Amino acid sequence: MTPLCNWVRYAAAAFALALIIGLAAPVSAQQPTSVNPTASAVKEQQLLQELQRVQGRITIPDAKESVLIQPAGRDWRQFHEVTLRWIGAIAILGMLVVLVGFYLWRGMVRIDSGRSGRKIVRFSPFERFIHWMTATCFIVLAISGLNITFGKPLLLPLMSPEAFTTWSEAAKYAHNYLSFPFTIGVIVIFLIWIGGNIPNSVDAEWIKRGGGLVGDDHPPAYRFNAGQKLMYWVVVLGGGAVAISGYILMFPFYGTGIAGMQLAQIVHGVVAVLFVAVMLAHIYIGSIGMEGAFEAMGTGEVDVNWAKEHHKLWVDEEMGKGRSSGRAAQPAE
Amino acid sequence: MARMKFLCDADRCIECNACVTACKNEHEVPWGINRRRVVTINDGKPGERSISMACMHCTDAPCASVCPTNVFYTTADAVVLHSKDLCIGCGYCFYACPFGAPQYPRVGNFGSRGKMDKCTFCAGGPEADNTAAEYEKYGSNRLAEGKLPLCAEMCSTKSLLAGDGDIIAKIYKERVVKRGYGSGAWGWQTAYRETIAG
Repeated sequence: MTPLCNWVRYAAAAFALALIIGLAAPVSAQQPTSVNPTASAVKEQQLLQELQRVQGRITIPDAKESVLIQPAGRDWRQFHEVTLRWIGAIAILGMLVVLVGFYLWRGMVRIDSGRSGRKIVRFSPFERFIHWMTATCFIVLAISGLNITFGKPLLLPLMSPEAFTTWSEAAKYAHNYLSFPFTIGVIVIFLIWIGGNIPNSVDAEWIKRGGGLVGDDHPPAYRFNAGQKLMYWVVVLGGGAVAISGYILMFPFYGTGIAGMQLAQIVHGVVAVLFVAVMLAHIYIGSIGMEGAFEAMGTGEVDVNWAKEHHKLWVDEEMGKGRSSGRAAQPAE
Repeated sequence: MARMKFLCDADRCIECNACVTACKNEHEVPWGINRRRVVTINDGKPGERSISMACMHCTDAPCASVCPTNVFYTTADAVVLHSKDLCIGCGYCFYACPFGAPQYPRVGNFGSRGKMDKCTFCAGGPEADNTAAEYEKYGSNRLAEGKLPLCAEMCSTKSLLAGDGDIIAKIYKERVVKRGYGSGAWGWQTAYRETIAG
């Protein structure tokens, strides 16, 4: 290389350096005196207004912990502590008041024509087993469930905190495990009695005449009258709703988030207290409300006169089959 | 008495998770339970923020309100504590908690979650202070020793503040004035019905 070539290279390098410095100086002079690093930052109030909660990314396996703030928890608390208690108290106490009032006014609905002494089979042993399995589970589920909502204000003041915890924990396990036979019972009830529980024109007439609850009227009915059909659908649909929402609660956060869990509890709580209220009416009419009614689920056989008064069309069907003379051998089906 | 609170300065948190580790070690928290966690919002995007969150020891705490067996109590320092002996593991406190604080030893098939565990503000539980029984159930009781929660003490950027609400609010406000910005005290509106202007 020649000395001239070297000189040219040095000159070019010096020029380039001067150019960089010359260009860089004005840029640094234009930097703002203060920066605001929060200009693009996420803002809590904005997130809460837009999404009702703040959610992000976490580095722990527990996915539900990615929700940072969910003020909806306070709304759910309001539901559980105030709204649900009002719904439950009004529904259950209201039903009790209505039933006591009705009993005082109407008394036990008697068999008008008296007992004939002849029996007709109304429910098979299998039907009665399913009924009582479901009913027993329901009573335990209802008491243990109501304990979660009403135990603290009503029961806890009467016992020691330790005793209340022991009872509540046992009740919780009973609630969880008895849900399985209860659900099976509801499914079997749905299947074995669906045939007699499709609403038809006879039901309209039955409802129009007040179902015979008022006065001595006896509107005709097949095996199940409109009131019993209503009870059937309450059990099937209400039981289905508490079962589905209950299993969501029993298997928490499997495919649902915190909002889903809150919704499941709301559905479970509201349907359950209404279910209890309706079942009180069912227990009333099946026991002290009507003479001869309990036998249907007790021994499975009812008096023929009772059957004629309350299920005329069903008795006609059975008589037609020629099975009702004396003690019917076959279950009514 | 003081009104104990947590405050996470989101503009300082670098998501190092030292608070989480400190908590787990101090209280020997079992695997799967996180009394404290760090949540990153808008991760990887401009303006992302990380917030360290545990039990906020709410005013009028929702967990205490919904508990069917009434296991919660509030100390003179306004720390929300609970009795594991009385807990039935129903999981309702988690549904009510705005901050996802309650933890359970098991996932919860058939509701067998086990006794709820959560941040105690390093203040133990109903047992006598710093006994073996208290440590086994609730971890160490630093407040009884005159110390503040370890998560905040360990925080490498002093993002997480723990202590009397008025004092930590003052520290935070001074920071905001000095540096000229602040995204506010995350969760305070929900937990305490008050905010610190950012």
